[in-house]
Amino acid sequence: MTAWEHLQIVREKNRPTIRDYLPLLFEEFVELHGDRLYGDDGAILGGIGRVGGQPVTVIAQVKGRDLKENQQSNFAMPHPEGYRKAQRLARQAEKFHRPVLCFIDTPGAYCGVGAEERGQGEAIARSMMEFMELKTPVLSIVLGEGGSGGALALGVCDQLAMMEHALYSVISPRGFASILWKDASKEQEAANLMRITAEDLVRFGVAETIIPEPAGGAHMDPEKAAGNIRAYILETLPKYMQIPIAKLLENRYDKFRKVGAFTE
Amino acid sequence: MLQDLFSKVKLRTSSYERPRRQGKMEIPKDLMYKCPRCGKVIFMEEFVQSNKVCPYCEYHARLTAQERIHLVVDNFTLLKYDKGMKSQNPIQFEGYPEKLYYLHRKTGLRDAIITGECTIMGQRCCIGVMDTRFMMASMGSVVGEKVTRLFERATEKKLPVVLFTASGGARMQEGILSLMQMAKTAGAVARHSRAGLLYITVLTDPTTGGVTASFASLGDIILAEPKTLIGFAGRRVIEGTIKQRLPEDFQSAEFALQHGFVDRIVPRDQLRRTIGQLLRLHSQTSGKEADQ
Ligand SMILES: [Zn+2]
Repeated sequence: MTAWEHLQIVREKNRPTIRDYLPLLFEEFVELHGDRLYGDDGAILGGIGRVGGQPVTVIAQVKGRDLKENQQSNFAMPHPEGYRKAQRLARQAEKFHRPVLCFIDTPGAYCGVGAEERGQGEAIARSMMEFMELKTPVLSIVLGEGGSGGALALGVCDQLAMMEHALYSVISPRGFASILWKDASKEQEAANLMRITAEDLVRFGVAETIIPEPAGGAHMDPEKAAGNIRAYILETLPKYMQIPIAKLLENRYDKFRKVGAFTE
Repeated sequence: MLQDLFSKVKLRTSSYERPRRQGKMEIPKDLMYKCPRCGKVIFMEEFVQSNKVCPYCEYHARLTAQERIHLVVDNFTLLKYDKGMKSQNPIQFEGYPEKLYYLHRKTGLRDAIITGECTIMGQRCCIGVMDTRFMMASMGSVVGEKVTRLFERATEKKLPVVLFTASGGARMQEGILSLMQMAKTAGAVARHSRAGLLYITVLTDPTTGGVTASFASLGDIILAEPKTLIGFAGRRVIEGTIKQRLPEDFQSAEFALQHGFVDRIVPRDQLRRTIGQLLRLHSQTSGKEADQ
């Protein structure tokens, strides 16, 4: 299956979002708002849930399925206050020894005037720095679209899982084509060249696991897709909770440390 | 008046000669320099003598890494790290190896950053200098690895880091590997910081994209040269989103200072002294030196 074909599935109008998954993944969930600095970003959802009896902090990018939902969540493109809300909830999780589950699903961080005024670059950089040193297990799952630094800000983790059809890239295929080939219409060619599928990312050592989707994609059977995600969490989380914190942070650093392609 | 007389003189960037060790600055062949910010034209000699700062609008033009090193590093103290490191072609992007080779021949660089160890005003530190001539100093595997090693070595040697940033963002030609360098460098900065060591960032024109969203924004002290472009998203991308023109000073160093993301704006001729002073204020012997 080509990256382009995966992309069509990810773009499927009825593809489940984190709001669909929440009640299917967690026995209970309490949403928490705000970054305590500026505001509450609808593009990033946060809260405390319980999975398999274990309390966890949930941080997720929110796609909407209609215009109204998308206006509330800004098409899943976070502002700096979204990333600062993520940082606040991550520190809270650390304090209470709760693991963190991050769900990535964004075209990228928002590009706008307010985002620049409030330091989009700083917010993303700080998120990565804080998550790298966070003294509690962090699992990240790419649900659909992992767009650039805006995705990576929730992707500094102990283990990265990709949904079977999810994609994760430095720039959208359209952006890639328009910048490098000056021709946005070569989107399909770009998608297939960029190596952005779950399999590619496992091969590069960027992702560790692929979570299977029902035939045809998660939208064909959201409950089954949620069951697969839940099974993955229940199987993986206890493993990371047993690792001593110092070792956990050492491994997390090394996971990113080893990525690169160069010669000397 | 001058700009009227010479308005037809165009700056051809391709006319830069290979580095000539004449004074501190490379001297372009052109007689005149046209400022890309205010559009005024001045004699090249005058422009070079003012350390490549536009006398009309204070735009601090881009320097090569070598020029920057001449400007701030104590003479003959730089020991370079990882000089031979080269990128591979992880997504087999057509023409990428050829481009790297061409730029190596043209600039003498292997990639977009020089790193090493030196003294500035007598203060020992690790230093990194990015160079926009090399693919707009985009961050790929080499920039990411060299920055990471710089911080790791500084942590090991208990040295401060001074990093001159400039970048168009992530190097898309390296696909997802370029994105991951953001997390990798942020991790190395975190460890250096946890060891109680000082990191000074100097934002130079232009610092944008994935570099702004990683190590450039993580300094304990963040300095910027006047009029420097500093931002996350490209101006045209934002203009496209909001469907209107942005004000001239949007994403300038002055804009970043006003919004609280830069500690100080430091003109080029004062940079060396300011960095030296900050390093001294963080060195353990600084109190004793002040007493003497
Ligand atoms: Zn000017």
